[in-house]
Amino acid sequence: MTVELLIEKLKPENEKRVEPASQGEPMGPFKIRAEKLNAWFGQNHVLKDISIGFGENEVTAIIGPSGCGKSTLIRCLNRMHELVPGARTSGSVFLDGAEIYSKHVDAVQVRRTVGMVFQKPNPFPTMSVYDNVAAGLKLNGMRNQRKLDEAVLNSLKKAALWDEVKDDLDKSGVSLSGGQQQRLCIARALAVEPKVILMDEPCSALDPIATAKIEELIASLKEQYTVVIVTHNMQQAARVSDRTAFLYLGQVIEYGETTHLFENPAQELTERYVTGKFG
Amino acid sequence: MFGLCVACVALAVVPLASILVEVVLNGAPALSPEFLTSGPGVIGEAGGGIGNAIQGTLILMGLSSLIGIPTGVMAGIYLAEFGDVVFVGHSFLTHVNSFLSSSLRFLNNVLTQFPSIVVGILAYTTIVVALGSFSTIAGAIALSIIMLPIVTRTAEESIKLVPGSIRDAAAALGIRKWRATLSVVLSTSRSGVVTGVLLAMARITGETAPLILTVLGSSVFFQCDSLSSCTYSLGHPVDALPLRIWRLALLPYDYARQQGWGAALVLIIIVLTLNITVRLATRGKFGMMRSRT
Repeated sequence: MTVELLIEKLKPENEKRVEPASQGEPMGPFKIRAEKLNAWFGQNHVLKDISIGFGENEVTAIIGPSGCGKSTLIRCLNRMHELVPGARTSGSVFLDGAEIYSKHVDAVQVRRTVGMVFQKPNPFPTMSVYDNVAAGLKLNGMRNQRKLDEAVLNSLKKAALWDEVKDDLDKSGVSLSGGQQQRLCIARALAVEPKVILMDEPCSALDPIATAKIEELIASLKEQYTVVIVTHNMQQAARVSDRTAFLYLGQVIEYGETTHLFENPAQELTERYVTGKFG
Repeated sequence: MFGLCVACVALAVVPLASILVEVVLNGAPALSPEFLTSGPGVIGEAGGGIGNAIQGTLILMGLSSLIGIPTGVMAGIYLAEFGDVVFVGHSFLTHVNSFLSSSLRFLNNVLTQFPSIVVGILAYTTIVVALGSFSTIAGAIALSIIMLPIVTRTAEESIKLVPGSIRDAAAALGIRKWRATLSVVLSTSRSGVVTGVLLAMARITGETAPLILTVLGSSVFFQCDSLSSCTYSLGHPVDALPLRIWRLALLPYDYARQQGWGAALVLIIIVLTLNITVRLATRGKFGMMRSRT
């Protein structure tokens, strides 16, 4: 059963009214939305009653000091959090109105719809550039070579990597430079046709030029996807995102339009953080 | 310090090299097409060969690998990937699982140190006694028991070396755990797993003690031209190179000693060929490349 079908099936009983998470102008319907989300690592309560929504075709940045739960929050959005031994969650996450934590929903299917890119580029070391991009489709049973070729081509183009690797598709994925590897990982995530893309500090291991390329890419991705990016770098959040959420100690302190949040923060804590007085 | 290291290397290499030289010098003259293809001749008369022993060794290696490698690799996967799994909300299952994996690890370590003759006795008292005859299959099972801990241990260790980020990447693509384990994790740890398999195969190729108690040795070839003759042969004694070397070395004739050296050389060549072939066959497209970042 595909996610779409599941989502259709689950819609009536789970559809709830859409409400803005906190202050800020009214936002369009949220593509993915957390409600009263709590997350734990063992006894450690890292996310506390988080309610936040992410708009379609927007880039939302999540900022905050280390350990505030940024990564955990996005890992809850594609049910990766529960893969950590001893980790658990409570509350709900709605994707297109359907609860992804419902027991009828398969976490593996959720992850195909909500893709993820990690902090450190992590291409599969034994696979070629081509196989890396095709991995998600191939290992989920796709055998049609023509469709695979098409998906690889499209994904590499969308990830702005095609021109650099079109002659090296058989080379090892890890033989590329760091920035290319990260774009390869983005292409790999795009190949399974997700609707939402989560990025966990995607540029923190890259040099400024590679970072600029990824940021450019993020801007183009929002035309088709909902992008949520965790970042330590406030300039980056200001450059790439439409909305920004400031997280502190597992709670959303402030959420709103990026320009608004950086230039005219409503909370003193936010102001102190964005001006670099702490964090 | 450097000098000391070089001296130690020399110290380690001298016995190995001298054995190798000795075996080649003494064994090479014995090699001839007849020696490699015919069965043993009449005791006390020059002639005859080790063809049936070579055949028996290859059959035993094949059969025990067939049993030992899949079992060992799967056990290694279990220990590395599932041994420490926490079943949220099922503390009983979690305890059973952690008990199972820790006892498997412990027993595995014990088994690694086991004298191989004890494994032979185990196979003797169970299989040989039950079947009423020394048999190929008893030998294969004994040898696979010797392989098991080596394969399991190296598989577990090399699978554990695969960075968690690779597993995360696979999970984030919506790849099922079993599929990711087989196609991504195992493939990433391939060279380590293969090393373990080769070590285990090399180890059993030279085992003699358990074979005395299981396959016994034979002077005829393993017959396998129909299903019934195959099953018949599996239930009966077979020859193996280490056994043949041992028997030849006990004989008080010059020709037998010569043949013994020849058989030892053949054994070494088999292990060497196996190593090289398996390495080449499982090298993969990109060998040992590591991520640059």
